[in-house]
Amino acid sequence: MKSEYKIITDIIKENTRVLDVGCNDGTLMEFLKINKNVDIRGIEISKEKVQICIAKGLTVIEGNAEVDLKQFPNDSFDYVILGQTLQAFINPEIVIRELLRVGKKTIITIPNFGHWKVRLNLLIKGTMPVTKSLPNNWYNTPNIHMCTIKDFVKFSKTIDFKIFKSLALINKDVSNINNSNLFFKNLFAELGIFLIEK
Amino acid sequence: MNIKEKIKTIIVDKPLKLDCGQTISKFPLAYETYGSLNENKDNAILVFHALTGDQFVTGLNPVTNKDGWWSFAVGPNKSIDTNKYFVICSNVLGGCMGSFGPSHENPETKKIYGTDFPVITINDMVNAQINLLDHFGIKKLFSVVGGSMGGMQVLQFVSNFPNKTKTAVPIACTSSHSAQNIALNELGRQAITADHNWMNGNYTSKNTVPDKGLAVARMAAHITYLSKKGLQEKFGRKLQERDDLKFGFDADFQIESYLRYQGSVFVDRFDANSYLYITRAMDYFDLLKQFNGNLSNAFKNTKSKFFVISFTSDWLYPTSENKDIVIALNAIGADVGFVEIESDKGHDSFLLDVPDFLKAFKNFLDQAYNE
Repeated sequence: MKSEYKIITDIIKENTRVLDVGCNDGTLMEFLKINKNVDIRGIEISKEKVQICIAKGLTVIEGNAEVDLKQFPNDSFDYVILGQTLQAFINPEIVIRELLRVGKKTIITIPNFGHWKVRLNLLIKGTMPVTKSLPNNWYNTPNIHMCTIKDFVKFSKTIDFKIFKSLALINKDVSNINNSNLFFKNLFAELGIFLIEK
Repeated sequence: MNIKEKIKTIIVDKPLKLDCGQTISKFPLAYETYGSLNENKDNAILVFHALTGDQFVTGLNPVTNKDGWWSFAVGPNKSIDTNKYFVICSNVLGGCMGSFGPSHENPETKKIYGTDFPVITINDMVNAQINLLDHFGIKKLFSVVGGSMGGMQVLQFVSNFPNKTKTAVPIACTSSHSAQNIALNELGRQAITADHNWMNGNYTSKNTVPDKGLAVARMAAHITYLSKKGLQEKFGRKLQERDDLKFGFDADFQIESYLRYQGSVFVDRFDANSYLYITRAMDYFDLLKQFNGNLSNAFKNTKSKFFVISFTSDWLYPTSENKDIVIALNAIGADVGFVEIESDKGHDSFLLDVPDFLKAFKNFLDQAYNE
């Protein structure tokens, strides 16, 4: 089990209603269903992944979060999860607003573009970083809106949402992010995990 | 054995008030079953057929001696696994495979009903078929499934009887027949009624059949069941048993010959008046209007688990219309899954060997059954 999934599972309370946006092959959904007994739905853009989810007995809608979140009423889920996909949207701002509208709470995880390896890559090589977690080239990457942990924290003030929990994942270790350590977490964390509310 | 002996029928005693205002009672409903009902009676699936289907879902249709219309999807180890599930399918009201329809005799006049038969709706169809549950002593179905008009019946069934099924699978359908759908059906009806042999619907008493009109209706409809790409790949401009164009109006092209064949075999198995009545029922289908413009209200009392399926190349009941159903269900927090299957086979995809569809359909049912 990915450390990321464990952290998300720890945040989510039992017997709640959860929507996993970009649910992939349903691994997290299954894990949450078993461990937290949640009523969970997924949205997934890939037909192949949707098929895998159906075979697991998961309730998944084939769709694009950028347009298909519209159909859910306000506050229709206790938690909405967006795992490492914010950077792939054409308009992340609209998506975040939609997540906050549909979910009472939203959990967003962000691959940190401020990580020192990424920075070093660009500094030394002078080319767009290609790393283990970001394996695509600039011309074929689905990740068109990369941001750093610091960017996301700043963003919370721009579009006015509250961050209730911010966690950094560094070599499978989880730690809290706060104002005083933000500089270092932004340099060393591979992943930022945020619990936010409107 | 004559045809009647091959058809199982229940007589519905309970009066049924139709949407048109008339009440019918003691009417026959023809059905067929596959697999066996388990002890708990919780493994039954009610299959609804489409416009030109009938109760003979799979195996050999004893009347036409051809494969059942959903042989790819229903049978041992198939999507609807008859080793596991008990499948019931009935010929719709207004149909011509044994259920009460316009080819029946009016007991009062001793004449064939023809166009004196009351106009039937999708709502009437499912209200008639609910009687099959009582007949088999089934309190709650495991699933209601169907494609095209069968899918419309699925939606209407769940709306009318929210506690009567655990799951529902509407496939390649709509919640409201579009202007294009109505236009295409009207084309078919006009072809039939323009045939001199139609005789205002009294062709049986005149010992004739409007076969030309019915064949044209079928040909036109058949085109709508396929996709442009599918047609092009299968037929292209290939010529029919000739090396060059003949500069006449015979079937030079394979597609012409194919359509003529489809038309000609159809008239042997289908009644022209039934075609009028059933297409009318589809045109009148508007679940949205039934619930004053809020489709969600159609499903607000149900706990059924839905799985909606559409096909990329289906332009008759496109993905957008299937998605409207998903949207309405999500708006009330219903349990609904959805997948759009990639296929070049058009609307007909749900009847054909489309592995991704058959796989998703099977996985959904089998997983839901184990829950």
